[in-house]
Amino acid sequence: MVSVASEPSPRRVLDVLATGPLTTVQDLGRPGLAALGVGQSGAADAEALRLANRLVGNPEDGAGLEITFGGLEVRGHGGLYVALTGAPCPMTVDGRQVAPYAPEWLPDGATLRLGAPPCGLRSYLAVRGGIDVPPVLGSRATDTLAGLGPSPLGAGDQVPVGVPGAAMPGVDLATVRGPEHGEVRLRVVVGPRDDWFTAAALRALLSEPYEVTAESNRVGMRLAGQALERSRDDELPSEGMVCGALQVPPSGQPTLFLADHPVTGGYPVIAAVVAGDIGLAAQARPGQLLRFTRTTSLEGGRNAHRGTRVD
Amino acid sequence: MRVLPCADVGLLVELADLDEVLALYAELVDAPPRGVVDMVPAARTLLLRLDPHRTDAHEVERAVRSVSPRPGARPDAGHLEVPVTYDGEDLAEVGRLTGLGERGVVETHTSQEWTVAFCGFAPGFGYLVGTDDRLHVPRRTTPRTKVPAGAVALAGEFTGVYPRESPGGWQLIGHTTVQPWDLDRDPPALLQPGIRVRFVES
Repeated sequence: MVSVASEPSPRRVLDVLATGPLTTVQDLGRPGLAALGVGQSGAADAEALRLANRLVGNPEDGAGLEITFGGLEVRGHGGLYVALTGAPCPMTVDGRQVAPYAPEWLPDGATLRLGAPPCGLRSYLAVRGGIDVPPVLGSRATDTLAGLGPSPLGAGDQVPVGVPGAAMPGVDLATVRGPEHGEVRLRVVVGPRDDWFTAAALRALLSEPYEVTAESNRVGMRLAGQALERSRDDELPSEGMVCGALQVPPSGQPTLFLADHPVTGGYPVIAAVVAGDIGLAAQARPGQLLRFTRTTSLEGGRNAHRGTRVD
Repeated sequence: MRVLPCADVGLLVELADLDEVLALYAELVDAPPRGVVDMVPAARTLLLRLDPHRTDAHEVERAVRSVSPRPGARPDAGHLEVPVTYDGEDLAEVGRLTGLGERGVVETHTSQEWTVAFCGFAPGFGYLVGTDDRLHVPRRTTPRTKVPAGAVALAGEFTGVYPRESPGGWQLIGHTTVQPWDLDRDPPALLQPGIRVRFVES
């Protein structure tokens, strides 16, 4: 479908004026390359990015901006529809307050500013047409661990925006459950290496709170809580890791792996967060408490899309 | 074979040794079970990452248990010669640890066929296994903070080539001008699982 009459500008670009602590380009990553040592990467809260894309009529796997703890300021050129999801930053267009979770028109030359979000950690800005940086190995995602994809954005960067494909969806507002205040409940499947831990360690993981520490990034979140004691102390040969894995180094304090996690790891994984709750984990801030509840791999799969309805 | 869950997104197949891993990987690599999006072979395990919207752990486990790998089979992704200048900082130490001496290390490294078993650590870092166990050496007790790109090294049962400058604890025996990782090449990893490698003294 051709672009609509209001979007004819030849120059569709975002001028970056400020980025906050970290803003990267993300799509749904590079699956299928793990055998080459390349992880999937992509949006830490993939469901939030999918939703932002749907709101502006992009394919769900289009590239958007992942903004960590607000602070992004961009000037849009060419007249652009945008939508913000994930952590609901207060936002303005040329000083006028606008709402997240809804498509918003950014007139030619207008400035979009994001404040710090009241809850959640990562916001997703989709721009109609998608962020159009050159893909690397089939994806525009920045993998901060492997050093693949575009560099994190900096003030002065110009971010190209693609040409819209499908029609605007005609959605005014998405009703979704936003990021959580307070304790965050995450469903885990126990294993694959639960037999490397004492029964007390497993009980602690499933009953005690674990605090998100400041040593957290797109690779993983280092947690602090009751130490998870091993029942054996031999060395585990390195093995493949999944997003959501709770890997336990000798300190006994688990790390919850997120989008840029290493492809393989040498510490045992006591349990792993199910796919449907990874987004909730990625939105937890340093200082927030996590509680892990046990599920089975099949129940986890059945609920993999909860909380992402567009009404 | 033990099959262990990784949430609803993966199955970790635990095998007796690397030979069994390679045999199973060789069997599955051309026709992975439906819904499997990624495979990560490692020293004792094969991780199958799956899309929970397209399949589930039980279905993938059934598919894995239904294949019968040929014992000793290794994935075959072609052959490669890698020229090496054997001037690594740990060559003398490896000669001492193995009892082969420096020349013996070079001869043992060049006289066998190596197979890339898996990748990890960094994009394009291949773990190669040989057929002669005389070069098995431990990692350095203190890792280096900087190993140059192209360094050829040994650790445990593996040899490898550092794709870019990085920290590293492997024993360095030489260097090559071959680039293991090049984004302008398709595929960018030279040493991908199943590639057979001969190291040649240059």
